[in-house]
Amino acid sequence: MKLRILFAAAVIGAAGIATATAAEPQEVRQEMMKKVGGATGAMAKMVKGEAAFDADAVMAALTTMSEVAADYGNQFPEGSETGFKTEAAPAIWSDRAGFDAALEKFKTDVDAGIAAAPADLDGLKAVFGPITKNCGACHEDYRQKNS
Amino acid sequence: MKRAAIGLGVIVLAGAAAVYALTAPQPVEAERLSAIAALEGDPAAGETVFWAGGCASCHSAPGAEGEARLTLSGGVRLESDFGTFVGPNISPHPEAGIGGWEIDDFANAMLAGVSPGGSHYYPAFPYGSYARMSDQDIADLFAFLKTLPESEVASLPHEIGFPFNIRRSLGGWKLLFFTDEPRVELADADEQLMRGQYLVEGPGHCGECHTPRNAIGGFVDGQWLAGAQNPDGDGVIPNITPDSSSMGDWSASDIAYYLESGFTPDFDSVGGSMVDVQKNMAELTASDREAIAAYLKAVPGRPNGWE
Repeated sequence: MKLRILFAAAVIGAAGIATATAAEPQEVRQEMMKKVGGATGAMAKMVKGEAAFDADAVMAALTTMSEVAADYGNQFPEGSETGFKTEAAPAIWSDRAGFDAALEKFKTDVDAGIAAAPADLDGLKAVFGPITKNCGACHEDYRQKNS
Repeated sequence: MKRAAIGLGVIVLAGAAAVYALTAPQPVEAERLSAIAALEGDPAAGETVFWAGGCASCHSAPGAEGEARLTLSGGVRLESDFGTFVGPNISPHPEAGIGGWEIDDFANAMLAGVSPGGSHYYPAFPYGSYARMSDQDIADLFAFLKTLPESEVASLPHEIGFPFNIRRSLGGWKLLFFTDEPRVELADADEQLMRGQYLVEGPGHCGECHTPRNAIGGFVDGQWLAGAQNPDGDGVIPNITPDSSSMGDWSASDIAYYLESGFTPDFDSVGGSMVDVQKNMAELTASDREAIAAYLKAVPGRPNGWE
């Protein structure tokens, strides 16, 4: 009997620690956007002529963006509207359909870029513009500067 | 007792007359209007002024993209502490827009905030900044506006409550706050810096959003471009002086690239109301964006204006 109680306590304790150290959605989604920024930068430098075109690096960057786009919407549950320096605008929750549509468009444009598999700088420039139009379009309505 | 009452009445009437006189709309001086009217307006040069001035952001239809931004049918709503202002139709339509205006009317609107009917405009129309524009830019912009498509959409009224709906009171606001003096003194400014100052303080009207205001809508002294509470929603409008925690450490070329592309040095992306502004900035020449950047690195650093 005592052993069972000890065992249950240990499991509950372990679960508590696990949830306590798991990152909050606000933090997870900020990390995801930083990854998108890194991917954007890798391609932007090529487009600007500051780095040599590298087809593998481009595919890696686009894949990163696609993976983020697929999971990003899951990081905005009820209760995560504030805290942890989030810059999520209230419109994400009051206009969830619009937010989801913007995210869907981003993923569509990124996946089209992956399908095009840019093989040279011109190929990259052709997909980079449409993909990066999504940045400002989404941020215009769904991001809020607090500092 | 009766004499005292009459005496008081006279004083009150004299006071009211003085207030009425002091708040009278003051058009641009006749000499300057003649000088502007004598200029040849160049629509191609006017297009640069149009983007620098951000006209499309308030005067094209809400949500307009691409070519549609050139149809200035009005309708954009600008929320403020004083109510909601609605951008009017300024397309060249003779009835619904400003097609019936002469260059004098346009100059009075842009440089003095006075309508063709002789009333004050609300400074949500940023004539407080446009007042710094050159005669040639006014002439060129007017010429460019005339080339744009006509729209017959009727302008909507502003949604402002008492007492702010008394247009005459703006005469008092102008007495207190309306000036065409430079916002900052820049010692030994070279041509690039002077161009940057002109663009930011004049047509760019950046300070209208990026400078904090007092309770009656004037700029707080000594906080030029220090950032402010966002009147149009939640959050803040950033500090864009060199002491800004968000972008104070950017180089001039970082700033110029941001204005061109919307990307920060970390490849974060522009957001909120600035998205539309950046689209306007992208239409300027690289040289003009660099001038704006040089000015922003040269203005006095300020602590955040919303704190």
